[in-house]
Amino acid sequence: MDLVLDIATWISMLIGCFFVLITGYGLLKFPDLYTRIHAGGMADTLASFLIFGGLALQSGFSLVTAKLFFIVAFLFLTSPTATYALAQATFVAGLKPKLDGFGEEADNTESETEDGAKPNNSESKSD
Amino acid sequence: MRTIGLILVLFAVWLLFSGIYTPLIISFGIVSCILVGWLARRMDVIDHEGLPLQLGIQIIVYWGWLVLEIVKANLDVAKCVLFPKKYLRPSFFISRITQKSDLGKVIYANSITLTPGTVTVDLYDENILVHALTEASAEGVKSGEMDEKVTKVMGEA
Repeated sequence: MDLVLDIATWISMLIGCFFVLITGYGLLKFPDLYTRIHAGGMADTLASFLIFGGLALQSGFSLVTAKLFFIVAFLFLTSPTATYALAQATFVAGLKPKLDGFGEEADNTESETEDGAKPNNSESKSD
Repeated sequence: MRTIGLILVLFAVWLLFSGIYTPLIISFGIVSCILVGWLARRMDVIDHEGLPLQLGIQIIVYWGWLVLEIVKANLDVAKCVLFPKKYLRPSFFISRITQKSDLGKVIYANSITLTPGTVTVDLYDENILVHALTEASAEGVKSGEMDEKVTKVMGEA
């Protein structure tokens, strides 16, 4: 039984680490900030699920498992908020995403949504 | 009513975190939970957003479905990282949302952000501005399946 648990832990943690590795590779490789946010999202979600899942298997059925579960639950609630704050700040600062001709450009929404609340539109340029 | 609910939730969390169950410590726990409940009531922060008990069991079911979606989306993004030439098609589009309440909108927007491959960039009135990484993830938002589910959880269908 212990052996099965150990193997399950190893599998889950190794796959989690693999996803963290892909996240790092994606962060370096993707073309602009918006796409890099997506790569970072992997470390927040599946990678942390798998790593904490592996730790929970090792701790057995105890209060530690409940605490690990709470860590994942709080990550679940806070990471999208942080990601949204980052994406929104980038958008407000006027950084244009690099698109691939698929889907429409959203240039005109900027003036609609901001209403001059943040006047520093031309502050940052992508390149 | 909600104050009592908050105190019960707080005490359950306290029991899970503490791990020391002697009468003295437990009575300290009860007293501090009641104190926090009273403070929160005085601060007037206990409402349908601060303690959304009205969502009930449906939100748990929704979370289970969301975790499955997240796993699928993760595999999609991982493929995109490894073979960017084939899959990388960033897009930026506006999608309609059907939730009426602020809480529903926030749950939907955060669900989109939590799913790798799609990020909510802006939220105004009935529109949501989304940046998507691949064609598949963009289709996921445009199909409106998640939107429907959140609306159903919120009881606004």
